[in-house]
Amino acid sequence: MNAPVSEPVYLDHAASTPIYAEAVAAMTQQLTRIGNPSSLHAAGRSARRVVEESRERIAAALNARPGEVVFTSGGTESDNLAVKGLFWARRDADPRRTRILSTAVEHHAVLDPLHWLGEHEGAEVELLPVDQLGRLDVDALRASVERDPGSVALVSVMWANNEVGTVQPVQAVVEIAHAHDIPVHTDAVQAVGQVPVDFAASDVDLLTLTAHKVGGPYGVGALVVRRELELTAQLHGGGQERDVRSGTIDAPAIAGFAAAVEIAVKQQAEHAERVCGLRNDLVARVVEKVPDAAVNGDPDCAPDHRLPGNAHLTFPGCEGDSLLMLLDARGIACSTGSACSAGVPQPSHVLLAMGRDDEQARSSLRFSLGHTSTQADVDALVEAIGPVVERARAAGAVSGIGGASRKAAG
Amino acid sequence: MSGGVDSAVAAARAAEAGHDVTGIHLALSRNPKSYRTGARGCCTIEDSNDARRAADVIGIPFYVWDLSDRFHEDVVEDFMAEYTAGRTPNPCLRCNEKIKFAAVLERGLALGFDAVATGHYARLETGADGLVELHRAEDMAKDQSYVLGVLTQEQLRHSLFPLGGSPKPEVRAEAERRGLSVAQKPDSHDICFISDGDTGGWLADKLGAGTGEIVDHATGEVLGRHGGAFGFTIGQRKGLRIGRPAEDGKPRYVLDIEPVSGTVTVGPRDELTVDRISGIRPRWCGTPIQDELVGTVQLRAHGDEHRAVVRVSAGADPAPGAAEVTIELLDSAQGIAPGQAAVVYDGSRVVGSCKISATARSAALAGRGA
Repeated sequence: MNAPVSEPVYLDHAASTPIYAEAVAAMTQQLTRIGNPSSLHAAGRSARRVVEESRERIAAALNARPGEVVFTSGGTESDNLAVKGLFWARRDADPRRTRILSTAVEHHAVLDPLHWLGEHEGAEVELLPVDQLGRLDVDALRASVERDPGSVALVSVMWANNEVGTVQPVQAVVEIAHAHDIPVHTDAVQAVGQVPVDFAASDVDLLTLTAHKVGGPYGVGALVVRRELELTAQLHGGGQERDVRSGTIDAPAIAGFAAAVEIAVKQQAEHAERVCGLRNDLVARVVEKVPDAAVNGDPDCAPDHRLPGNAHLTFPGCEGDSLLMLLDARGIACSTGSACSAGVPQPSHVLLAMGRDDEQARSSLRFSLGHTSTQADVDALVEAIGPVVERARAAGAVSGIGGASRKAAG
Repeated sequence: MSGGVDSAVAAARAAEAGHDVTGIHLALSRNPKSYRTGARGCCTIEDSNDARRAADVIGIPFYVWDLSDRFHEDVVEDFMAEYTAGRTPNPCLRCNEKIKFAAVLERGLALGFDAVATGHYARLETGADGLVELHRAEDMAKDQSYVLGVLTQEQLRHSLFPLGGSPKPEVRAEAERRGLSVAQKPDSHDICFISDGDTGGWLADKLGAGTGEIVDHATGEVLGRHGGAFGFTIGQRKGLRIGRPAEDGKPRYVLDIEPVSGTVTVGPRDELTVDRISGIRPRWCGTPIQDELVGTVQLRAHGDEHRAVVRVSAGADPAPGAAEVTIELLDSAQGIAPGQAAVVYDGSRVVGSCKISATARSAALAGRGA
């Protein structure tokens, strides 16, 4: 069943996007140099200088102060540090603060720590509902805050959703929370480089980003933390990063990270316009080939509505993992938008929160475009999608997919 | 690919034979305790990773298919229903019939594949009549044709068993040679969805304890009470915990388990010996038996072969599959429970199978026993 593969077509940039040559150069250059950034001698100082310059470049790109950038191992660690660190610090300051408000569509790197805090630390976690486009119900957040503002430890709302690309109303969230002096964390892993992200102007208190989603290396990221905010450390040791994060500072990775953030942010507007054009073409032509395919998320490609490179579609009667496998066999990489350690596909909690049923959630695919995407990638997908859907539909029919909800998809 | 050595070598051989092979690991149950509901497959994460690593080494694509819903409906619920009805099912046959060579095969065919290849030890041959024949493996110690006895001609036509001609040590050595890390992984024996191997405990947990009386088969006398009927199997001797010995001083065995009342009937070993078996729901690998076949039957996985005369009658219902099977054993058998499968062989060839509905002792046998 595996057709001969020509050029691989990579449509999974939301999972990881190719590294920029400049990031590889910055990283490899630093890899050849000796020096622990925490050492006091010349070699250490030289490595430290690279780290601090990288910090300044990242801060400048995000309009934050350098001292607000805390380097971590990536998005998951940043989210854990933000959510747990803030919960513990705020509860220690006032034991009444046990509530955490978030959304039903967060990434597992936020949801799982929240769940853990609920199970083990007595946190009362409220996952607020989203509308059918996947956008937070701001009134529900306001009502929840105003019910008892003094008991809220923090609010965590992602900047943009990783599955359906919906951009959240972060500004409104900040206004509601700050009216009661409640700090706001946002997971901006998907947003940086795709839409304008201005830390100071957004007025959020903590912001997560990671290098490998912006064209940098794996295994490094940052939590941008407003300077005066107290966080309880998660990793204890040398206290290298503002005393809230310990571990030898990874100067080469940080150098690559900074190079990538700089490029991604500088090129953001131009990138968004180009990629949005490809994305709109992809959606229009896929729907032309598969007329009952339904687009999930916000149809508006504006930066406060949807990530420019995200196309998320439901193919009624098909199982997402059949589609993925058939496309994979044709050299086209995409995602069912959910994964776990055993590789068992699960219905997406994001789509379920948006009011889709189990079957619609299982019948969906995410195509995400990025800085290396071309018109040829879109053309290849458009050419493949018709026969692939037809075949997946036949497999879905024998697996009991399809039937009633086929007409309800939308 | 289960993550074991057999399916890994089977996949490697199929790929080497020139087939376009894709590795599939089946996630057959969900773990409700996990926060991400259903994040875990039936077999452990390590098994899934072992299968993935084997696929990497062989150089084939690998995916996990979640068949937990189908598996639960078709295998686990059937397993519980059979025990509730006082029968002793073999879930591996059921899984082959309903999952591996049905749900997986159908989906695979629809996706453009031609066949399901597994690591079962059995052989396929093409007969003079053009039909695909299922035969016992070369290595009788590993032969798994019994659990495949439910497959129809249509299923066999889309099956591959690349290990049928090899002894197990050769398969392990080949895995070693191919650099497969699972080469020395121990064989699995237990029912896959009962992870600790305690079937009685699992059943009691799902179906309730089922306490009841232990009764003497001849006198009807109540010899004691037990904490759960699911802890017993027909033919069991140990663990009855009857205070008094039998009058004749001989050990007593479980002869019958009454599911609703929980009554466990015990008696002497002779009473376990049967030579008449009735079967229902026959499934034929090829041409059904016309009238009568003199061959052999196997009554449990890795059980003995019994010489037998197998007869098929139409049954009350004219529908196919409603036929009734009568098996006259020339070599008697012991401790046969309803619900087990009787697989019929003509030499090494599997003719078909049926589900045992009742057993009996012929007058001749009863006379000998008394």
